[in-house]
Amino acid sequence: MKIAIASGKGGTGKTTVAVNLAVLLADSGREVAFADCDVEEPNAHVFLTPVWETEEQAFMPIPRFVQERCLGESCRACLDLCRFKALIRMAGEIMLFPELCHGCGLCKLACPAGAVADDVRELGVVRSGVSGGIRMAGGLSRVGEAMSTPLIKAVKQNVHTAPLQIWDCPPGTACPVIAAVSGADYVVLVAEPTAFGLHDLNLAVELVRALGLPHGVVINRDGMGDDRVLSYLEREGIELLGRIPGSLEAARASARGGLLARTFPEIRAVLETVLATVQDRIRASAGQKEASCVR
Amino acid sequence: MREIVVLSGKGGTGKTSVTAALAVCAAKSDLPGGPPVLADCDVDAADLHLVLAPAIRERHEFMGGDKAVIDAEVCQSCGLCREACRFGAIDEAFRVNEASCEGCGVCAYVCPAGAATLGPRVSGDWFVSETRAGIMVHAALRMGEENSGKLVSTVKKAARAEAQRLGRDILLVDGSPGIGCPVIASLGGASTVLMVAEPTLSAVHDIKRVHALARHFGIPCAAILNKADVCPELTRELAGFCGESGITVLGELPFDPAFVAAQLAGQSVAENAPERYERLFSDIWRRLAAS
Repeated sequence: MKIAIASGKGGTGKTTVAVNLAVLLADSGREVAFADCDVEEPNAHVFLTPVWETEEQAFMPIPRFVQERCLGESCRACLDLCRFKALIRMAGEIMLFPELCHGCGLCKLACPAGAVADDVRELGVVRSGVSGGIRMAGGLSRVGEAMSTPLIKAVKQNVHTAPLQIWDCPPGTACPVIAAVSGADYVVLVAEPTAFGLHDLNLAVELVRALGLPHGVVINRDGMGDDRVLSYLEREGIELLGRIPGSLEAARASARGGLLARTFPEIRAVLETVLATVQDRIRASAGQKEASCVR
Repeated sequence: MREIVVLSGKGGTGKTSVTAALAVCAAKSDLPGGPPVLADCDVDAADLHLVLAPAIRERHEFMGGDKAVIDAEVCQSCGLCREACRFGAIDEAFRVNEASCEGCGVCAYVCPAGAATLGPRVSGDWFVSETRAGIMVHAALRMGEENSGKLVSTVKKAARAEAQRLGRDILLVDGSPGIGCPVIASLGGASTVLMVAEPTLSAVHDIKRVHALARHFGIPCAAILNKADVCPELTRELAGFCGESGITVLGELPFDPAFVAAQLAGQSVAENAPERYERLFSDIWRRLAAS
């Protein structure tokens, strides 16, 4: 079971929900793996305080140009084909802007002279470790690195065989989120009951719908806004998985890296219900898939 | 022209609330250079328009990167494209998964039948609008599209053109969360990064990464400490970090339900609770504009 926790925007409590769900599972004796897929600003380790056991650099392929083999101005195949403007000719040599390169390999395929060799650029690090009974994987993108998608894939690769997984996803609706939620059995969307919250939730819903992923919504900091998110869920026929009451005490505990499920029984109860519902939905849809295979 | 970019590393720290309050106060101020032109560069999940209620004056389509299309009629299922695609974007039935396709053109290059081609796609829209706080340039990326960095650059370029046209000296930019592609694009040409930080362990961690990024580009930083009373000892830690790192702290804001109330009312907090916030944000803006 792969449960992704996402939201249209940061700061809604995504990481809080993700780490506390993982803690509930671990406390009930289940083996659980946690992937922190926000590699730009990872935060789950603040709450789960894992002991990192391995840390490996992650790379992506980029080309290296062997100038003495290059055919020069008469060719230009690589320059003309590169769609990312990652190559220029300067002082008679092909030069690469590594940060613009997407690593597609077209220049190498196209070079008639075999002048393109393989090289790599560092994306950041992927680390793995344990936090109590939770196996953790996470990444940290290199400051100045614009591409986070390959690093997110590397983080998920780290937990890919674990039977029960929680994925804490990055904010937004662009490529990093798609890389993070892809392959999930269920997406828990976390939203705040405010004007910004509704707008951002709407974007996240469009995204999971476009990807065809089953989803439901947890309202965080319930009581601090109004009921516009609730009416939206009703209107759109989206399942409300739970409402986490907002309180200054919870905000304070969370600010210091506290695990709410362990200190606030009413929040623990809400999250237990969320977890039970999500597991039911996943089992039901797995059953449906099997049934349709038999047919 | 000066560009002030509001960043936070993490979402939900109050970046947009601060930007809106500054914008509204700046529009009234009589500083040299006049009020700023606004740019919402959080193109993933733009929220500034929810407060500033823009009247759209211009709408433009944003052409993001190209995407591959494979013509099933022409495709001979030879598999060369799938083999060559490094992004796993071509499935067993030789259909292109648009979310994975980077538009690099490898498939079109290797296809012996000419079945794979690249086509431009509309990836979003951008707008030039009138608001009660002046001209705002903003955008919306369409669902699951990439190239948010390119759209951010488009928004900034249009905002600069507006500022030039109107003879304005300052661009106030609401940035996006994280430190990746769109944020790097937001920082292009920035003169000051205004960091909105809140006293949580997560936000302290994130703000250090944002600061490292700003330093990487050699851009000076200022900070506003939001929800300062939620965790006074972490606020002190944040202030300490700012002091050591040469980040000017321009002000502290309390945890105040007035911020949510203002948002629900479609106002900035400087309008919704002027007795507490109008003077405060005007002063911050004055120091920021003079820095």
